[in-house]
Amino acid sequence: MTEPNILVLYAHPAPQRSPVNRRLAEAARALPGVTLRDLYELYPDFDIDAEHERALLTKAHLVVFMHPIRWYGMPSILKEWMDVTLLPGWAYGRGVCALRGKGFWLVTTTGSGPEAYQPGGMHGHPFDTFLVPFQQTAALCGMDWIAPLVMHGASHAGEAAIEAHVAEFQRRLTGYAAAIPEAAHGA
Amino acid sequence: MEHNLLLNACIYLAAAVIAVPLSKRLGMGAVLGFLVAGILIGPYGFRLISEVEDALHFAEFGVVLLLFLIGLELEPARLWALRRPIFGWGGAQVVLVAGALFGAALLLGVGWKLALIAGLGLSLSSTAIALASLEERNLMPTPAGQAGFSILLFQDIAAIPMIAIVPLLGIPEEAGGGGNAWIAVVKVAVVLAGLVIGGRFLVRPLLRFIAKTDAREIFTAFALLLVIAISLLMQSVGVSMALGAFMAGVLLADSEYRHALETDLEPFKGLLLGLFFIAVGMSVDFSVFLARPAVVLGLVAAFLLIKTGVLYLLSRVFDIARGQHLQFALLLSQGGEFAFVVFGAAATARVFSSEVASTLVVVVALSMVVTPLVLMAYDRLSSRGEGRRETQPDAIDPNEDHVIIAGFGRFGQIVGRFLNASGVPLTVLDHDPDQVDVLRRFGFKVFYGDATRADLMRAAGAAKARALVVCIDDIEDSLALVDMARRDYPQLTIIARARNVTHYYQLMDRGVTLIERETFEAAVKLGRTVLTAGLGQSAWRTRLASDKFRKYNLRSVLDVYPYYKDRDTYVSMAKRARDELEQMIARDRRALEEEPGHDWD
Repeated sequence: MTEPNILVLYAHPAPQRSPVNRRLAEAARALPGVTLRDLYELYPDFDIDAEHERALLTKAHLVVFMHPIRWYGMPSILKEWMDVTLLPGWAYGRGVCALRGKGFWLVTTTGSGPEAYQPGGMHGHPFDTFLVPFQQTAALCGMDWIAPLVMHGASHAGEAAIEAHVAEFQRRLTGYAAAIPEAAHGA
Repeated sequence: MEHNLLLNACIYLAAAVIAVPLSKRLGMGAVLGFLVAGILIGPYGFRLISEVEDALHFAEFGVVLLLFLIGLELEPARLWALRRPIFGWGGAQVVLVAGALFGAALLLGVGWKLALIAGLGLSLSSTAIALASLEERNLMPTPAGQAGFSILLFQDIAAIPMIAIVPLLGIPEEAGGGGNAWIAVVKVAVVLAGLVIGGRFLVRPLLRFIAKTDAREIFTAFALLLVIAISLLMQSVGVSMALGAFMAGVLLADSEYRHALETDLEPFKGLLLGLFFIAVGMSVDFSVFLARPAVVLGLVAAFLLIKTGVLYLLSRVFDIARGQHLQFALLLSQGGEFAFVVFGAAATARVFSSEVASTLVVVVALSMVVTPLVLMAYDRLSSRGEGRRETQPDAIDPNEDHVIIAGFGRFGQIVGRFLNASGVPLTVLDHDPDQVDVLRRFGFKVFYGDATRADLMRAAGAAKARALVVCIDDIEDSLALVDMARRDYPQLTIIARARNVTHYYQLMDRGVTLIERETFEAAVKLGRTVLTAGLGQSAWRTRLASDKFRKYNLRSVLDVYPYYKDRDTYVSMAKRARDELEQMIARDRRALEEEPGHDWD
């Protein structure tokens, strides 16, 4: 049996203002086999230790991006993390392709409700449109795309909705963790 | 009498106020200014002062204070670490110089007693002049400075037995000196033990008690009382006042009031040392000189040559950097204030006539006047020579597109290493030859000398430099360099290290815009560590707070600048610093208030 190894890249610049993401992070931390990287706390000066991050990625079976959506994308530190960590020849292209076969799962929240993501809405396009860069990142690196877990309207979500969302996250994460050993053996 | 005292004070102060700034302006240093002032107001100048002896005696207290303050800087452990230079090098210096002078005098056909006393007396150097010259040139921390200091310290110790021996060579007045010597040794030992014990169990609690009463004047008064009392006590058992004060300083070096004592006594030391130099200037007996000018000048020249020669040879044995041998020898080449005492004692004991004594005193006094002049000439020549030696190879490889770093101490080194690692061609200016040797080995272009000199800057290729980085420790030198660079190279970008906010403003006054306060970044970083590692606060929010604090603080510094200009006539620097601090703190408080509330989800 291979121990499940899940790497959660958690990026939130103001967790004190985001109960949803805070509780998702807590839930992830509580699960065995999960390594949670709180990027803003680890690298307040954006001086990301790329070599160390790559070593963690190599060991992981599943990579989770956990963050709110800001300006139709990821928080800046996660983008910086990608820029310095996912080098050509290592993550993709001719070379090791170290991420091939690993799972890629996006766990995210948006401030606006689902109605904002449609033609004529505040953001003008369906939410999936904004996921293309994530999807293509996974594809370029040969990773398996897992259906994202999205919570819309997180800024005005009630306690019950948050509770249900966190429970759903836990259920799915536990499921992936259990599936990893088989997948690893199957591969 | 009272009127007389005030009138004399008036003359001294006026002479100093006129002569010293003039002398500094001419690049001759303060010591020479005081000496010239003394000659001018003395019995052979305008005859404004007649009581030379009294003045000299009183001003010796300046030397006493100087040694007390030096003692304060030296904890017993450091002093112990210096035992080899003090006793080894100091002993070698006194023995060899005295021996050489003794031999030379014998060759000239002088009686052995006179030759011995003259040799011993002249082997001593002037603590006041040598140390003041070292400090003027920022040489104290260099090996030459340390060696010079150690030797001067040994001389102060050696002066005691010399003064004791001299009467024994004279007409015996009292028999049984041997027994007395033992009693004297015991006395000294008892007083020293008393000082060690009293210093710890009496003086420190007293200092604490007086400091608590918050009466600053009384603290100052006590500091003076302490030094005077200890000096008199030591003198009463036959130890020189200066050495006694030095020991008292060492004993208080690790006390918490060290800095308070230093700041309180510093101005007294400066003024009294100045008075001492004036008194030396006044004591040059020109009637003796005029009676036999050739003999006196010949003696001075021979004396300086022999002493400098022996010191130069010795300096090669000591761990002194190659470029500093001659400078070291010149620094210690003059006769010292103890020589006056030794020759006085010899005249009293009638080992030789008072005529011989006054001739010797004139020789010593003249040598004291000559030293600052020779050192000045040396500075000029060496920086020019240094420049020439360096520009020769530069003719092939012209210094272009390089960055000049002035001052390669703790601060400049970090800047320089970072720039060097980043592939920036560097030219380093520093006055510590030890550093210079190491850096040259690593292929740095290094110019040894005082960066504030225009010729050195020219030799270093300032005209074609990309930037000048001013990392000098000393604020006055830093400003002098900036003044010179702004004047001679107006296009040159200047990036400067500010020692403190006032220095920051002074740099702004001179049009420098790229300034970094030397401690600010490190202190803010430390504050961040306290908040995160120490108090467990969020690293990211702390980083944002520190960014905000920095930005706000810098704005405060700039906002307070006009206020600083308004108060340019501030009497006390301390008050200015306090006012600035007050303003800053009031502004800091506002920096982290009212964070804008925006939600993140």
